[in-house]
Amino acid sequence: MIAELGHFALILALLLALLQASVPLAGAARRDLGWMALARRTALGQLVLVSLAFAALIHAYVTSDFSVANVFENSHSAKPLLYKVTGAWGNHEGSMVLWVFILALCGAAVAGFGGNLPAELRARVLAVQGMIGSGFLLFILLTSDPFHRLVPAPLDGRGLNPVLQDPGLAFHPPFLYLGYVGFSVAFSFAVAALIEGRVDAAWARWVRPWTLAAWCALTIGIAMGSWWAYYTLGWGGWWFWDPVENASLMPWLVGTALLHSAIVVEKREALKSWTILLAILTFSLSLIGTFLVRSGVLTSVHAFAVDPARGTFILLLLLVAIGGSLSLYAVRAPSLKGGGLFAPISREGALVLNNLLLTTAAATVFLGTLYPLFSEELGGPKLSVGFPFFDRTFAPLMVPLLIAVAVGPLLAWKRGDLLGALQRLWLAVAAVAVVILIGLYLTHGGPALAVLGLGLAAWVFTSALVEWAERVKLGRTSAGETWRRARYLPRAAHGMTLAHLGLAVTLAGIAASAWQEERIEIVRPGQDLTIAGYALHLDEVAQIAGANFTADRARITVSKDGKLTAEMDPEKRFFPVQQMPTSVTAIHTNLLADLYVALGDSDGSGGWTIRAYWKPLVPWIWIGAVFMALGGLLSLSDRRWRIGVAVRAPHAARAAAAGD
Amino acid sequence: MRRLLFSLPVALFVVLAAYFGFALFAGGDPHAIPSPLVTQPAPAFNLASLDGESLSREALAGQVTLINFFASWCVPCRAEHPLLMRLAEQEHVPIYGIAYKDKKADTERFITGLGSPYRRIGLDEGGRVGVEFGITGVPETFVIDKAGRIRRHYGAPLTADQVRNDLLPLLRELARG
Repeated sequence: MIAELGHFALILALLLALLQASVPLAGAARRDLGWMALARRTALGQLVLVSLAFAALIHAYVTSDFSVANVFENSHSAKPLLYKVTGAWGNHEGSMVLWVFILALCGAAVAGFGGNLPAELRARVLAVQGMIGSGFLLFILLTSDPFHRLVPAPLDGRGLNPVLQDPGLAFHPPFLYLGYVGFSVAFSFAVAALIEGRVDAAWARWVRPWTLAAWCALTIGIAMGSWWAYYTLGWGGWWFWDPVENASLMPWLVGTALLHSAIVVEKREALKSWTILLAILTFSLSLIGTFLVRSGVLTSVHAFAVDPARGTFILLLLLVAIGGSLSLYAVRAPSLKGGGLFAPISREGALVLNNLLLTTAAATVFLGTLYPLFSEELGGPKLSVGFPFFDRTFAPLMVPLLIAVAVGPLLAWKRGDLLGALQRLWLAVAAVAVVILIGLYLTHGGPALAVLGLGLAAWVFTSALVEWAERVKLGRTSAGETWRRARYLPRAAHGMTLAHLGLAVTLAGIAASAWQEERIEIVRPGQDLTIAGYALHLDEVAQIAGANFTADRARITVSKDGKLTAEMDPEKRFFPVQQMPTSVTAIHTNLLADLYVALGDSDGSGGWTIRAYWKPLVPWIWIGAVFMALGGLLSLSDRRWRIGVAVRAPHAARAAAAGD
Repeated sequence: MRRLLFSLPVALFVVLAAYFGFALFAGGDPHAIPSPLVTQPAPAFNLASLDGESLSREALAGQVTLINFFASWCVPCRAEHPLLMRLAEQEHVPIYGIAYKDKKADTERFITGLGSPYRRIGLDEGGRVGVEFGITGVPETFVIDKAGRIRRHYGAPLTADQVRNDLLPLLRELARG
């Protein structure tokens, strides 16, 4: 009964979405306030209905209602409660419901907090959101019904893929989708601006916080996914250039570009049509990311089941959404008024460089991901590209970006002084020199590229600090004055510093992975394995039973120089329902390096394969990502997003436009 | 000219969409269509093997075997690996691995780390043999009968269901025939 209610709520939500997509749009064209006001109510109504459907699905999972096909296929009565709940979105149908739920949340937020938006802009933005919602709800109802019933109801379910029964992966999709779907708001604003034919600072002031919020969520989502891969796959890798990972990286790269170009629109009213294009592209890549792996065009480990009917619908959806918005762009963008002029060497110029490099990087990832498809259809040899392609193309693009990220914030708007900026960075140059020299000395002839990477990290880190110190006049005035300056510095500025510091920290973590150590040995209980100065003593391997699995659990005592440092318990689990083994690695970290141990197979005569890694700085990869996201959040809390400038600015802008 | 520039994104997208459409309809799922090599004799190959010997088509003759293309850099291969281990250990299926576009040291590390389900591993560092077999990626698995013909092609990681319902019955049938 509850499942039927959920299904019904989805149908009603679709009807509302169709209404939201059409009436307010017509209303905005006719300047009919009543019609435009409908957008708010339908957006809020959609949130209620979709929440109902989502709750109904979770209810079916929690109560293990196996008469619902989706629950039967993806759940099992013996599963822990947490994974019953998160299992609701660990499959294709459920994840689509989560998607529209977040979309409805965003729509309702625009409706609820958008009181100070011009009525027409708000109506158009919400109408575009309605269109996206209609497409997705249609897709769910026609091809991916999560509430489909089975008669007669089976006794027990097939169980969730054991790999997905993990806290990291359970919460990875919601963050990822918050990111993907959050970009839909920027997209809707872009399309609305194209319909209106006007982009101004107020527009950018609205788009930027949404982009920031989506970007933060996506950053966390990607970091969680990579962290998950790191600790579950059992060999310590954290990024695989897998199609599904690439699908989330591409919107992140372009979204990062959007984040920066929106600043230029806001401060200088330049780069308008480029920013619009980025907003469209970011969400388009999110759509492609959500869908490509479900359509049968590409396959991957993480991919959901493939169904040709879905593929057709997906292609249609992509055609309408991306093709439609880009066509609108082709027609309307040329008439957008250009804004302030700037010299190549200027803050704007640096941000343009940032944009070019980021979008090129995204294009490289895109090509690499889809290359197998292209090569095959051009009649070429069937090829797949792995690490080598990305290592050779992606890294060289990042080097100039990382060099520029240090200089850009020190340049003035309109016309900057490159030499002056570089002179102010003498401290950063010194830091690079010190890091590289120490690196070369310690590793003598080791991986030169990794030393270079660490040098770059030092460059980005120090220069971010230098820029911040200059702003607050650290050390050049009284402590009180510095404190006052720091307090009155916009939070967005602090946020930028924090995010750039995070970038440097992540980079250091990535570069240092070249120095990792690895030991794979067969060890008997009572024996030792040594790695990086640690002695790993295997005490015993015991059989244990979990809720829905059995496992071999090793007890390893780790000591360094005779002192006990940690106890580690790597496991090898076996899930009988799915006949599938998984491994649970044990990680001991001191934040400077990880000791990573995975239990392998038994050799049949009392010995066990133990894989141990020592990974210097690897936790920094995720710590840096958290810094980046926190920087974004800090910037999001900036005063200028919270006060109602957006009301007055459009009038001022209009008056200014009328004046010239 | 300016207008043309602004139409570039949509033009690029149309080309892209055409590719997607082609992949979806005309080309179909590259993993779903049976390889044209099925029922054909397996392509001849002769590779150096990981244990310092060699692996050639002729060495497989007279038995029903699996050829599994894999690589240490491929995540799906890691996902598939436990299944292959079970096939080798419990069902005693002779599996021969071909390490596709992989460095010898990496393959070695992969195998020592996870255990080897393979009787022998051929090193296809240049990817030539992969091209001969027409693989679209890794992992892919071929069933070769006693006469050296390809009898089945799995263009994606094997699943437990596939093994139970398709692969094992087929192997039993081929072993009898």
